Amino acid sequence: MMRRETILNLLVFLALPAVALAALALDEPFTITLATRAAILALAAVGLNLALGLGGLVSLGHAVFFGLGGYAMGILASHAQSYAPLDLGLFVIDGTKSMPVIWLVAISVSALAALLIGLLALRTTGVYFIMITLAFGQMFYYFTISWPAYGGEDGLSIYVRNSFPGLNTLDPVQFFGLVFALLALVLWIMGRIERSAFGLALGTARQNATRVETVGLSPFKLRLVAFVISGAVTGLAGALFADLNRFVSPTMFSWQMSGEFIVFIVLGGIGRLFGPVVGACLFVLLEHLLSGVSEFWLIYLGAILLFVVLFARGGVIGALVGQGGRHE
Amino acid sequence: MTLLHLEGIEAAYGAAQALFGVDLTVDEGEVLALMGRNGMGKSTTIRVICRLMAHSAGQVRFAGQDMARTPPHVAARAGLGLVPEGRRVFSNLTVGENLIAAARPGPWDMRKVTQLFPRLGERAGQVAGHLSGGEQQMLAIGRALMTNPRLMLLDEATEGLAPVVRQEIWSALDAVRRDSGLSLLVVDKSLAELGRIAERAVILERGRSVWHGAMSQVAGEVANTYLGV
Repeated sequence: MMRRETILNLLVFLALPAVALAALALDEPFTITLATRAAILALAAVGLNLALGLGGLVSLGHAVFFGLGGYAMGILASHAQSYAPLDLGLFVIDGTKSMPVIWLVAISVSALAALLIGLLALRTTGVYFIMITLAFGQMFYYFTISWPAYGGEDGLSIYVRNSFPGLNTLDPVQFFGLVFALLALVLWIMGRIERSAFGLALGTARQNATRVETVGLSPFKLRLVAFVISGAVTGLAGALFADLNRFVSPTMFSWQMSGEFIVFIVLGGIGRLFGPVVGACLFVLLEHLLSGVSEFWLIYLGAILLFVVLFARGGVIGALVGQGGRHE
Repeated sequence: MTLLHLEGIEAAYGAAQALFGVDLTVDEGEVLALMGRNGMGKSTTIRVICRLMAHSAGQVRFAGQDMARTPPHVAARAGLGLVPEGRRVFSNLTVGENLIAAARPGPWDMRKVTQLFPRLGERAGQVAGHLSGGEQQMLAIGRALMTNPRLMLLDEATEGLAPVVRQEIWSALDAVRRDSGLSLLVVDKSLAELGRIAERAVILERGRSVWHGAMSQVAGEVANTYLGV
């Protein structure tokens, strides 16, 4: 069973660059952008999957980290494009158009926010945890709406995509390559985490916290670390998403965004390493195909999601490889 | 040197008081048998020691430290290794993963545990939930050893197992005691097997420790009065 899943994972993973390269050959840059969008959304959901799939933490506030990553990019790049220094109170810095610097800031800010939110939210479980994370999401959402310095409700446009040494990031396929490499790197790291003592303990804490405590591990700390890593990865995805669109707005913080990440994971298969990738690709594909058919395409998506939840509990991957995947 | 010291422990499940005054000590390198009929408070005492349950009166000291405010994972890190009743391995992890997830630095590592229980080595890649009862029990003991405890607590470690498997587990525990000098607190119903490895015994009766003495003295009238054997 594992072998079938590995083959499927590999196929899905290679499908993304295959689509991008085919689009390049056919001179269809929009399709490359779609593949890039799928890869970025997949990255965001891969981040959430560590908390949700492995840790069992149903966070309805992961858009906070996605939005923070987006605004980290938006704020730094807008100051760089206007040559206005950024006054942080204690010190003043210049903006930047360098992607690696922006990513580092996005990851750090998201991780810090996840730490603070996690310290509070992880003291609760179940529906209370969902509500607290949702509340944080809404706080950030309404804060950015009422923050005129960075566009308020209208958002913030960045005219030229940020730069990465040695690449022309305005070329769709080069930007796709960059995003895909990051996705691959994060998936590799997540795979390592899943198999590490930390990952094993986190998965077990989801099922029985007391049993984990009796071997000397704190479920709270395990979940907090997972939540911070998870938030950081989703933050990185937020910075990339903002760079893809060259635009950030409060909708990146919306609870619908958090809901979409959960949908990707459920569609692909909860707790499966490649589940979010499959889910995000399917979502982008359906969005592209169905939105041409009807503006109410989300109804069809809802029906598909309902089908998956009712009849394919292991998600699309689970349905294709059988339910007997890893430890399910 | 005294490793574990319980004095006047009282504890309750909500309104129902279960312990009314338990005193016991375990010395470094000693094996203590905690005995009593069903429902006398043996498992509750174990839960209090491991901090899975708070006591309402009395004192629990482990390695000289008052454990009153210690959460269970810190107690485990301090050196309390629990082999819980009913085995309770991490059933969806493999045998190897069960051991890795619990591992902490010290003399007990994967190699030593699989030497003690070769079957765990043979089944390292197998999902723990699919093991036989005896193998799961070996895994539960192995997992507790991987935390490198100073005191291992075994709650009905051989209950419901076939005689041959029980024998194997008791022999392994005897080997652990002899070779590593690990302190053990053992709850079990089998007098004969406890007699093989325990030096002293404490008997609980209705939530109180009512008898303390050498294991060799648990016979005749004592056994008849408190254990119904």
